[in-house]
Amino acid sequence: MNPQATTPSEAPDPTGHFGEFGGSYVSETLMHALEELREAWGRWRQDPEFMARLDRDLAHYVGRPSPIYHAERLTARCGGARILLKREDLNHTGAHKINNTVGQGLLAKHMGKPRVIAETGAGQHGVATATVAARLDQDCVVYMGETDIHRQAINVFRMRLMGAEVRSVSSGSRTLKDALNEAMRDWVTNVDDTFYVIGTVAGPHPYPVMVRDFNAVVGREARAQMLAQHEALPDALVACVGGGSNAMGLFHPFIGDEDVAMVGVEAAGRGLATGEHAASLCAGKPGVLHGCRTYLLDDNAGQITHTHSVSAGLDYPGVGPEHAWLKDSGRAQYVAVTDDEALDATRALSRLEGILPALESAHAVAYGLKLASQMRPDQSVLINLSGRGDKDVQTLAEIEGLSL
Amino acid sequence: MSGRIGKAFNRGRTCLAPFVTAGDPHPDWTVDILHALVEGGADLLELGVPFSDPMADGPVIQRASERAIERGVTLESVLDMVSEFRRHDADTPIILMGYMNPVERFGETRFPPAAAAAGVDGLLLVDCPPEEGAALHGALRDAGLASIFLVAPTTTDARLDQICSAAQGFVYYVSFKGITGADRLDAAALAEPVARIRERTTLPVAAGFGINDGDSARAVGAFTDGVVIGSALVGRLAEAGSRDEAVARARDFVASVRESLDNDGS
Repeated sequence: MNPQATTPSEAPDPTGHFGEFGGSYVSETLMHALEELREAWGRWRQDPEFMARLDRDLAHYVGRPSPIYHAERLTARCGGARILLKREDLNHTGAHKINNTVGQGLLAKHMGKPRVIAETGAGQHGVATATVAARLDQDCVVYMGETDIHRQAINVFRMRLMGAEVRSVSSGSRTLKDALNEAMRDWVTNVDDTFYVIGTVAGPHPYPVMVRDFNAVVGREARAQMLAQHEALPDALVACVGGGSNAMGLFHPFIGDEDVAMVGVEAAGRGLATGEHAASLCAGKPGVLHGCRTYLLDDNAGQITHTHSVSAGLDYPGVGPEHAWLKDSGRAQYVAVTDDEALDATRALSRLEGILPALESAHAVAYGLKLASQMRPDQSVLINLSGRGDKDVQTLAEIEGLSL
Repeated sequence: MSGRIGKAFNRGRTCLAPFVTAGDPHPDWTVDILHALVEGGADLLELGVPFSDPMADGPVIQRASERAIERGVTLESVLDMVSEFRRHDADTPIILMGYMNPVERFGETRFPPAAAAAGVDGLLLVDCPPEEGAALHGALRDAGLASIFLVAPTTTDARLDQICSAAQGFVYYVSFKGITGADRLDAAALAEPVARIRERTTLPVAAGFGINDGDSARAVGAFTDGVVIGSALVGRLAEAGSRDEAVARARDFVASVRESLDNDGS
């Protein structure tokens, strides 16, 4: 199918297809639950009281709007375009993930579902779900791969403090993709009373659209802030892409602004050539995983391959279908940076600006610095600083050979 | 359309359809296991194509898939197993059951003729409802293969209309909300949904998920034309230490279920 055939404003079609991507590739048991969810989201998103409640929660609970910060010392070091940071790391719970869970939690409440489940990789989405579930008095179960439970121990404990049950997943690669499989199995089994809070713009329709819509507050704010504070839109947007929710949230309100370049940054891990990476858009092929057709990493027999990234939140073999479609249509560009480049960016941002980024967001910072250095000083690059790095302190210390 | 599926449901007895994961416990044993299932009294065979991320399956079939993948089983080698089986059995229908991605990687247009040439009769992709995969379903039809779809307890009447009009071969009813191998079967609850299916199609109806022995097969068979037994069989095969033991376990287990089905107490 020609990706040009659908314009951004028409995407997706009513069945959730972005060109050849997206759709609802799930077992029959879930098809009705997805229909219910589409109807509910279609209805409540038009409801002024629901949307007002959501806005209040985003303002007073999440702490929005998040500022745009001009990183002057980083800019000076790169010697090119102005580097601006959208500070999603300052949100309650430390990342953009809560924009989505506040919305889905509220929707679950309105749909009369007393139990919420989620999958998590880095733990940020799990924490954001547990946080909202605590406040809304919902039972909460979070599935997390055994490998991730070890590397994100602090987030596991945070979830438990907020009353969530964290279930360890020991199948497959024991990371995010396997946690997602297990959450789907739970949902199939408990579909009547359970709302599945998916944490990224992947999965079956309507999740890619709904999660994008909840995160698009980032892009809407950024667009207005740029016009108010800098009297111009940025020349380029840069955001990291695992499943792609922070990038989609930032990009979407800018899709019609053709002069604004959009760059998604994937995890090149130990390098694309080594095969140890998580760059599904840069190095994958279209296929079907976790309910949607999208770019993914698999072998010649169609088995999903194990991925690698220093950042658990990017360590995922698929990506949101709208990103797949933006890539093929040429509207957005996708690149990848290695673990080492992300770690260098983490150190640079910490030392020059006093901001410790999440390892996920550090991928965007790394590419943003490269890009800015090739641009003119009258131009600007807006990097989505999607999360803070407190959760990664243990990992960073281990890399430096220290034990805390 | 292959006539083998229709004949399997037309033998004057409940169609017994055992499921095994291709290549587990050992790729070299699968063809012998399939023959043993037929000897034991199977009417139709479901051969699971291993996939790395089997979202609808419980732990027994997940682990069987992981083991088969570790031993190098691919969709290509599954077709080879079917070809080999066909050298000695031209009558028993074989349905491949699995997930979309291995088929997509094999090639949506290349797969159906290759499967037909190997002797496959139909395909059931758990994660491909009738709304998706139009090109694949068209190519399957052209190759004379049945596209088999699931109906679940959550399926609405509107969806049921759509599924029944797309279905070929037989309709597979998922007997409860859950994953394969779970212990949630309530056979009496099948009466109403199976009647809803029969109002819409003359195709035979088989049920699966949670059927684990002769008694549960007979209880379900009272409402349906066929019964599928998967995890209970896969679990028994997994413990087999040799080809002979796997073959004996396959034959004996299916024979015991056959006996219960045929001895319906009337």
